[in-house]
Amino acid sequence: MKVGEWKEKGESQGCYDAVSELIEKIEKSKLNAYITVCREEALRAAEEYDKGRLKGKLAGIPVAVKDNISTKGVLTTCASKILSNYKPVFDAHVVERLKAEGAIIIGKANMDEFAMGTTTETSYYGVVHNPYDLDRVAGGSSGGSAAVIAADESVLALGSDTGGSIRCPASFCGVFGLKPTYGLISRYGLIPYANSLEQIGPIADSIEDLAMLLEVIAGKDVRDSTNAGREFRFVQEPRRLKVGVVKEMGGNEEVMGRFNEVVEVIKQHHEVGEVSMPSFKYALAAYYIIAMSEASSNLARYDGVRYGYALEKLDSWRRYFSKVRAEGFGEEVKRRIMLGSYALSAGYYGKYYLKAQKVRTLVINDFKRAFEKYDVLISPTMPALPFKIGELADPLTMYKADVNTVPINLAGLPALNVPVGFVKKLPVGLQVIGNYFSENMLLNFGKQVGELWSQAD
Amino acid sequence: MVSIEEVYHTAELAKIEISEMEAEKFRKEFESILEYFDILDEVEEDVEPTFQVLPLKNVFREDEPGECLTQDEALKNATHKEEGYFKGPRVVE
Repeated sequence: MKVGEWKEKGESQGCYDAVSELIEKIEKSKLNAYITVCREEALRAAEEYDKGRLKGKLAGIPVAVKDNISTKGVLTTCASKILSNYKPVFDAHVVERLKAEGAIIIGKANMDEFAMGTTTETSYYGVVHNPYDLDRVAGGSSGGSAAVIAADESVLALGSDTGGSIRCPASFCGVFGLKPTYGLISRYGLIPYANSLEQIGPIADSIEDLAMLLEVIAGKDVRDSTNAGREFRFVQEPRRLKVGVVKEMGGNEEVMGRFNEVVEVIKQHHEVGEVSMPSFKYALAAYYIIAMSEASSNLARYDGVRYGYALEKLDSWRRYFSKVRAEGFGEEVKRRIMLGSYALSAGYYGKYYLKAQKVRTLVINDFKRAFEKYDVLISPTMPALPFKIGELADPLTMYKADVNTVPINLAGLPALNVPVGFVKKLPVGLQVIGNYFSENMLLNFGKQVGELWSQAD
Repeated sequence: MVSIEEVYHTAELAKIEISEMEAEKFRKEFESILEYFDILDEVEEDVEPTFQVLPLKNVFREDEPGECLTQDEALKNATHKEEGYFKGPRVVE
C-alpha cells in the first residue's frame, strides 16, 4: 500500500479504525512477518493522530521496524533466543527520527537471526513466507520488512543491509528497497553484526514513499562515529544517464530472460554499455570472511550477564558463557562466530582477514573505474527466483546466493532494488548501483525504470 | 583439511559449547567453506587493505557531559543482580 492510499483511508474512516483493521489483518496473517506487534502503542498513537496531536512528515503512517533496531521498552530480539527477553532502554537514532515525525511503529519485523541469512529461515521465530507463494521464502535477512510491504501489512518498513539483506527480500517480494551509502544513516541502536558493512535502509511500495522515509532517517548523529553527517532531500530530476551492465553479475535463465528485456527498455531512454569487474571473482569470499570476523567480535557481548538469555544458576565463567551461548545462539550464528574466530586466530589473520580487506580495495578500484564511465550500474538483484523453503540446506550454497549484492557493501556504495514484474508468478528485481551519496540519481532512475517497465509489461 | 580438534579449539575460542554431533557437522561444513575461501590465495599481496570505506579520521565529539543510563535502566535487562550491581559468574577456577 502506498502512503497516499493509506492517508485516504485514514481520512475516510479515522486513523484509529484504520490501524485496528491493520492489526487485525496482521494477527490473521499466515506470513509470520512480525515478531512483535505493537498493538497498544500503535493504537494510542493513532488516537493522538485523530485528535490532531501527532504531527510531522510521517504523521499517522504505520512503519514496521526490523527487530535488530532498538525500540525503547519494546522487545528487540534480533530473531534470536539469546535476546528473546530483551527490551532496550533506549531508542535507535532512526526510531527517534520516526517518532519525531509522527510515524506509528506498528511492529517489529521478523528476520534471519542476527541478520545472518538470505532466506529468513534462521529466525528463532520461524521462517517468513513469501506473500506470492507461501511455500517459498520472502528472502533475507529483512524478510519480514519486505513481506509486510508486499502484503499491505504495513505502509513503510525499515530493514538493514549487511550483504544484500534489504535488496534480496525486496526483490523476492516485489517492492522497492534501498541500501544507502555507508554513513548516510546513523547505526546508533542497530544491534551490530558486521559494522563496517551494514546500513539501515527503507523499504516501500513506491519511490516517493521510499524517499520520504529516507529523508526522515538520514542525517547527522554524533553517536555513530562513522556517520557522514549528510542530509538527504529527494529532488525529481529525471535525465539521460550512462548505464553500465555489470558482466560478472548474472543469474539463471529465468532471471536473465527478464533482465535482458528490462535492459532493452532502458536502452530506449539511456545510453547502455557493458562493464567488467575482475575483482568480483573474490568478492563473495572476502565478504564472508569480513562479516564473520566482525560477527565473532561483535557477538562476544552475549554472555548472559548484562542482558539477554541467562541460565538460572551462575557457574564458573567458562562453563557459564559457553552454555549460555550454546543454548542461546542458533546454528548459523554459531557457524559464523566460529568461522570468524578461526579466520582471526593466530596464523590465519594474513591468509583470511587481511587478504579480504585487500580484496576490498580491489573492489573499490573496480567501481571507481566503472563510475568514471557510467552514472549507474545495473544487474539482477538476485541470481534466482525466490527459493522454496528448505531449498538452500547447505550453508555454502546459501552464501553463494548473495553473489550480486555483496560487492556493494564491501565498497560502501548505495544500491536500489526496483521490482520489474513477475516470472512464473514470482517477483523479479533489478539492482541499480550508484556512486557514493548518489541516492537522488538512483531514486530518479529507479522511478523511471519502474514506470517504463509497468508500461511495457 | 579441518580436524575435529580444530573445531573444538575454535568453539573454545568462541566460548560456545558444542556436542560431538555438532562438531562433526561443523567440521565438514568448515572444510568446504574454507576451501572456497582459498580462492583468495590467487589475489596479489601488494595491495593496501581497506578497513573502512569513508575518508574519516579521528572522529571526536565535543568533550561535554551528556545524558547516560540510570543504574536502574542499566540493570533492567540483567537476570542476576545484587545491591545495584551485575552479578557475574565465578572467575577463579
